[in-house]
Amino acid sequence: MDIQSLQEICEQAGQENSSFWEIIQQSDCRENGTSCEESAAALLEMYHSMKDADAQYVGAGRSASGMVGGDGQKLRAYVESGKNLAGPFVGKVMEKAVRMAESNACMGRIVAAPTAGSCGVLPAVLIAYDETYAPGEEKLVESLYVAAGIGQVISARASVSGASGGCQAEIGSASAMAAGALAYLCGGDDKTVCQAAAIALKALLGLTCDPVAGLVEVPCVKRNAVGAVNAVEAADMAMAGITSVIPPDEVIDAMGETGQDMNAKYRETGEGGLAATPTGRAITRTLK
Amino acid sequence: MHVLDIIGPVMVGPSSSHTAGAARIGYAARKLLGEDVAEVEVLLYGSFLATGRGHGTDRAIVAGLLGLRPDDGRIPHSLELAAEKNMKVTFGEAQLKNAHPNSVLLKMLGVNGAQLEVLAASVGGGVIEIREIDGLATVFSGEYPTLIVQNEDQAGHVAVVTSMLSSQNVNIADMRLYRDSRGGRAVMVIECDSEVPAYGLEWIKRQPGVLKVIYYSLL
Ligand code: SF4
Repeated sequence: MDIQSLQEICEQAGQENSSFWEIIQQSDCRENGTSCEESAAALLEMYHSMKDADAQYVGAGRSASGMVGGDGQKLRAYVESGKNLAGPFVGKVMEKAVRMAESNACMGRIVAAPTAGSCGVLPAVLIAYDETYAPGEEKLVESLYVAAGIGQVISARASVSGASGGCQAEIGSASAMAAGALAYLCGGDDKTVCQAAAIALKALLGLTCDPVAGLVEVPCVKRNAVGAVNAVEAADMAMAGITSVIPPDEVIDAMGETGQDMNAKYRETGEGGLAATPTGRAITRTLK
Repeated sequence: MHVLDIIGPVMVGPSSSHTAGAARIGYAARKLLGEDVAEVEVLLYGSFLATGRGHGTDRAIVAGLLGLRPDDGRIPHSLELAAEKNMKVTFGEAQLKNAHPNSVLLKMLGVNGAQLEVLAASVGGGVIEIREIDGLATVFSGEYPTLIVQNEDQAGHVAVVTSMLSSQNVNIADMRLYRDSRGGRAVMVIECDSEVPAYGLEWIKRQPGVLKVIYYSLL
């Protein structure tokens, strides 16, 4: 079975008395002809690569264009000073998202999840949760299945690429995946997981992809922080029992349709939005 | 769809098409050449040319040509690595018509004198496509072991090659034929389900009318 709908995943889990993540794991094993252990080991390796990437951040690094680098370090210092409004957990999430996205811009080794441009979102929430609540690697791998399942449904019904659906498809999808994973880690059931994903994605609908000079730097790095923090909010809302009036699959369809209607200027061409501002254009000229 | 298509791959940033795909193109081209690269002209086109420097496309291609994979942490330093290995690299612009926006033309000379020109495109999400070899349409993805035979455009060559493959129990996954309108040359591109043994390749090389045999192994 190809995974096409969040509702179907939940229904199947209900019938089989299993859970969302197990349905995704089974489908992965069937596709690859692997055992559950092999599939889980491969995902755990991805989590380890995320942690390595987080640890290997170089505060002094700068991207080839010089536009980004060093902000993760600033953010860490501020969060550690205890003065930040968002508090220690959300502060950590923000900082990790920025670090990872900066590493990507500076040619560091990252895990695309779902894409390189949005690589900071999911690791930021998972590693921050891990460092704060220590759920254990087994739970973290299960939460990665949850994230992957949400991502699979989004890519089947809409898209996870900025070039085809704008930034809502990249940062928006990453944020939905991260929200679902967090809700799972917080003890949410399958429905709550899907609600968290829907609430996160709804918040970012319509977001355009408008990178300055066509490079995955501005606004991408800071948007990773937005996507990650948005995931925390969405998970909290879903855990509080708040639901999305529009069902999760329909939210994904709305994202897909919005992406299809988006002018090409706003789909990674670097010709609209922030890229087309006087400053954006001036930067583009100096890089030629 | 696999879980690792969403959570993964591990790669050197910043862009799956402009960095990871570019490294994969270099890696594939080095395999097609069949020996280490002594000299290469890297001719960029379209978005590779416009945003390639900022995305590290240049360094990623050279890294691939050195045999580094898209997740190799040495990619950012590949130009220095190439210099150490005495690989001569020059960059330029490719003059192409109707090419994919993320295209590169690689003109390679191997350490043992092999020569090959490869035109390839990074078509999204790190997936690549070889488009032309030696100026002849030769389209394949590099996801299968691939046999490429350039021959004189006469009858009978296809049967000779496919009968060799079946005698070696190599199953054909996909096969395409191209011909050069001007030169009387033709190309067979055969994607296989398993590797073609070396003596089979040698045997094809000796057949009359066969001009060049190129093999892309996954090993
Ligand atoms: S603006 Fe475009 S390139 Fe940047 S993160 Fe969003 S989708 Fe990716």
